[in-house]
Amino acid sequence: MAREYPEKRAVISGAGQSEVGRRLYRDPLDLTLDACLAAIADAGLTPADVDGLATYPGGMDTPPGFSGAGIVDVQDALRLNLSWYTGGLELPGQLGSVIDACLAVACDLATHVLCFRSVYEGSAQGEKGRAAVMPGGGGRGGFRASGFMEWTLPFAAPSAAVWIAMFAQRHFHEFGTTREQLAQIALNARKNAGVNPKAIYRDPMTLDDYLGVRMISSPLCLYDCDVPSDGATAVIVSRADTAPDLRKPPVQVEAVGTALRGRPSWDQFDDLTTMACRDAGAQLWTRTALSPSDVQLAEMYDGFSFITMAWLEAMGFCGRGESGPFVEGGARIARDGELPLNTHGGQLSAGRLHGYGFLHEACVQLWGEAGERQVPGDPEVGVACAGGGPLAGALLLTQRR
Amino acid sequence: MTESDAPFRILPRITDRNRHFWTGGGDGELRFLRCQSDGTYVHPPVTRCPRCYGKNLKVEDVSGRATVLTYTVNHQPWMPGPELPYVVAIVEIVEQEGVRLTTNIVNCAPDDVYVGMPVRAVFEEHTDGDEHVWIPLFEPLKTDGEQ
Repeated sequence: MAREYPEKRAVISGAGQSEVGRRLYRDPLDLTLDACLAAIADAGLTPADVDGLATYPGGMDTPPGFSGAGIVDVQDALRLNLSWYTGGLELPGQLGSVIDACLAVACDLATHVLCFRSVYEGSAQGEKGRAAVMPGGGGRGGFRASGFMEWTLPFAAPSAAVWIAMFAQRHFHEFGTTREQLAQIALNARKNAGVNPKAIYRDPMTLDDYLGVRMISSPLCLYDCDVPSDGATAVIVSRADTAPDLRKPPVQVEAVGTALRGRPSWDQFDDLTTMACRDAGAQLWTRTALSPSDVQLAEMYDGFSFITMAWLEAMGFCGRGESGPFVEGGARIARDGELPLNTHGGQLSAGRLHGYGFLHEACVQLWGEAGERQVPGDPEVGVACAGGGPLAGALLLTQRR
Repeated sequence: MTESDAPFRILPRITDRNRHFWTGGGDGELRFLRCQSDGTYVHPPVTRCPRCYGKNLKVEDVSGRATVLTYTVNHQPWMPGPELPYVVAIVEIVEQEGVRLTTNIVNCAPDDVYVGMPVRAVFEEHTDGDEHVWIPLFEPLKTDGEQ
């Protein structure tokens, strides 16, 4: 490969995570700071070394619990002196913020960027369980839908569960994908969660359990939906030439994918069997000499199980429409399989840490620090992918020993 | 359907840009902006044609016929609304590939909906103050013999 892409000047030097739970009822900024300080220490740095800050989606009050802290909260709490920062929602998925950080260090705007994502959706929803994704109240003379919600809320379709269900149904129709195949994403996640002490749901799940649980939006059942939770995750993106100053050999950013070539919409995207991940995945492989067959672990977004199926195809681990047969039986995606997938339990079983959990897990695995759930064979190449619908961002990571 | 039979729905915020779409049902018509230069239907409505970027757009009626591209039978009570389970679908109007609506399929059993099903628009009227909104829903397109 002739060209050296700038993201290769970025490494991930540390990772940290707060306590994670279904409902912790803790101050979300406190959770965020726990994760941030853990990541800084993991890299062998101090807050004084941090000169960049990145987050998704930035501070916002609704939906409840969606953002535990914004840029200004963390910058001020840690009294950071920043050369560069970004916090926002209109990005290539949740990891778009990390990709931005890679570019910031690559062009010397910052040296060590603290990247974080913090949620408290579990506590915010309280004991009533998962509420509708409702931006404010309803009722005549009151709330009116606008933006994308204008085209979905009047049809009682307020949730991504409904929108993703329609992608799954189209995939089932075109390619003969089955619920038994889709189930493998949830069953694999639960199996991996069983050896992750921080995972929320760790009890074994069988195919019969899956097929017997209540339907949410066909073909998606309850176990196809991730679990709202509380927790924060942070990583440090550093300029690669700082490696001698770091506590341990960093994870190398080999390539990133950010493309969105279809319409940026949940219902107008040209191909209803895939999503923006198609474009981000294809782009990533144009920026590296590595290929999908080099990848030894895949941590891929499962806000709903079907999204992981779409990512498997998008990243070229199987052909278009072939994710059903690819995951059939579950052996291939198991921790000791050909492509270990969502080795921490994903958002389905380990908790909805919203994208950053996948990157954290990929790094922990590449550092060989995953304990009982460690993928055997000292893996050196992994992917972290996040986002569903019109959101997608992907990183290819390496750890050469 | 009389208005009193209609389920609760969150209504769209009506603007000059979208009024034709949400009120066409008062005349029994499904309406879209259409570029008068190259014939492109534009949805969601914006002020320029996405193909030629021209501003010569006019509101036109379409047939109301469409095809189900995909659907889901929703069992989850997200919000007050239609009786559970109800069908949410993405339909494509017959006039132009890629012009799609998220909608509900009504007047048939949820299990009878399929990908490729031909459907036609029916309108559900809602009143909020002095504003009237017609929500375009879709029902199976019956053949003449079944009518």
